[in-house]
Amino acid sequence: MEDLTVETLIAVSEEIFGRLTFWLLVLLALAITGLFLWTLWRDGGVSSRRFLLAQLWFPPGAIAMVGFMLWMTSSRLTDIGGPIDWIALLGLGIWGGVGAVMWAYALGGLARRRPPA
Amino acid sequence: MRRLDTAGLNRRSVLGLAAAGGAAAVLPGPARAAASRVASNARIVILGAGAGGAAIANRLAARLEGASITIVDGRKDHWYQPGFTLIAAGLKPAAYSVSATDLWLPEGITWLPEYAASIDPVAQRVTTVSGHALDYDYLILATGLVLDWAAIEGFDLAQVGQNGLGAVYAGPEHAAATWRAMDDFTRKGGTALFGRPPTEMKCAGAPLKYTFITDDYARRRGTRADSNLIYAAHNDTLFSVPIVNEKVKLLYRDRGVDTRWNHVLKAVDPAARQAVFDTPEGETSLDYDFINVIPPQRAPQVVRDAGLSWGDRWTDQGWIEVDPATLRHLRYPNVFGVGDINGVPKGKTAASVKWQVPVVEDHLVADIQGREGTQRYNGYTSCPLITRIGRAMLVEFDYDNNLTPSFPGIIAPLEELWVSWLMKEIALKPTYNAMLRGKA
Repeated sequence: MEDLTVETLIAVSEEIFGRLTFWLLVLLALAITGLFLWTLWRDGGVSSRRFLLAQLWFPPGAIAMVGFMLWMTSSRLTDIGGPIDWIALLGLGIWGGVGAVMWAYALGGLARRRPPA
Repeated sequence: MRRLDTAGLNRRSVLGLAAAGGAAAVLPGPARAAASRVASNARIVILGAGAGGAAIANRLAARLEGASITIVDGRKDHWYQPGFTLIAAGLKPAAYSVSATDLWLPEGITWLPEYAASIDPVAQRVTTVSGHALDYDYLILATGLVLDWAAIEGFDLAQVGQNGLGAVYAGPEHAAATWRAMDDFTRKGGTALFGRPPTEMKCAGAPLKYTFITDDYARRRGTRADSNLIYAAHNDTLFSVPIVNEKVKLLYRDRGVDTRWNHVLKAVDPAARQAVFDTPEGETSLDYDFINVIPPQRAPQVVRDAGLSWGDRWTDQGWIEVDPATLRHLRYPNVFGVGDINGVPKGKTAASVKWQVPVVEDHLVADIQGREGTQRYNGYTSCPLITRIGRAMLVEFDYDNNLTPSFPGIIAPLEELWVSWLMKEIALKPTYNAMLRGKA
């Protein structure tokens, strides 16, 4: 890669997803993050019970992310070769897991007006 | 971008339209280029609208204000050639590599959808097959190369996909037909032949990859024990970069690929499924059940006839005589080369185009401004060498056979990795597309 700039990364991402889909995904991610922060603000902190329940979504989110990537790239878990592959796999899993937890927490916050005492 | 319908147009009107197109080229480009736009009324002709032609057209359209840029290419389809291997591996449909040429050309330039018939570098004029003459101040050759199928006796493109005959390089449909033949072979087993021509060629890793992929399919389908995979190398190496050569030799030994040295494919007999090779000991024949034919590769005749080729190197191939660092013609300084057509030791890949385009842009724009360009091309090229479906080695190197990893310390160049495969599968085509638009 000759010059890996933010502009190049955005241009490449637009090509991967299509310009419209890419920016819709960015908006969706921002919306979920915003919703997450809003529930924190509204509840005046983290609702421990909802957060605990939301964390149950971590494993399915991680597995779904890794599975989606393997499916999309015609590869299998046995293709993991070197240390960087394990790091990439873990990174993907954490990404999917954290994303799922944030979704679950934010959506749970929407469904329930007030946190349990 | 304005497409020019050539019927009924004479040279004056062609140039008039080109100038009008050039004047309209004041659309905002990438922020980087917009900051340093250069006013010019130069007439720039680009031959070829493939990867190199489209990319340099976008860069120059964004960089120059008022220049008349005309791109000449009769091909309506744009081919994403790095995708051919994936098509021939059954992972992508033929349409994966096909888009419309005009999709990639910028606003404010003129596309002349026909082929060049002659180039006169002294008179600075290109004449197209329909007789239009285009005078230029700068000429950029991005013609690509021609596959010399006629050099393989008995070979017929129409038969690809039948009788175990494959030709991945011939185009998206032929790559898909090759997959049908390879698919059939790896279900039954037998003998498969791979190899490369003795000329310079585009992506010298592709024949090696296809051998690995065929091996992988045979293993997955349980036919590997009944299969003999033969790689017929044209000389005594598998790859021109010594350290990569040694690595591929090790992997071929590991996969049980039977390697033959100094075998140059001369003829095929599709009906008898037999290939004839020239070797130092004379002709030798090998029977096959599947073969991937890659023919000799040369500069297009129109370029060779123009007197732009090297006189003492690659005389049977005709690559143009450019400075390896500036890609500027050594005898005609207003002529530049991008991509496969360049007579440089390495670099017939899309990755090379990505690195060559900014260099040509720099020197051409500097010349317009009356100064010397500063950028240098070091021969960088890259090859995601697939070693099985799901793994690849990200091999990058320069003119001097140095490995030039993009992610040193993170992605090892000679290691079979999943992340390198992910790059080939996910990131390569988007990066290529961004390059075509002048943004990568």
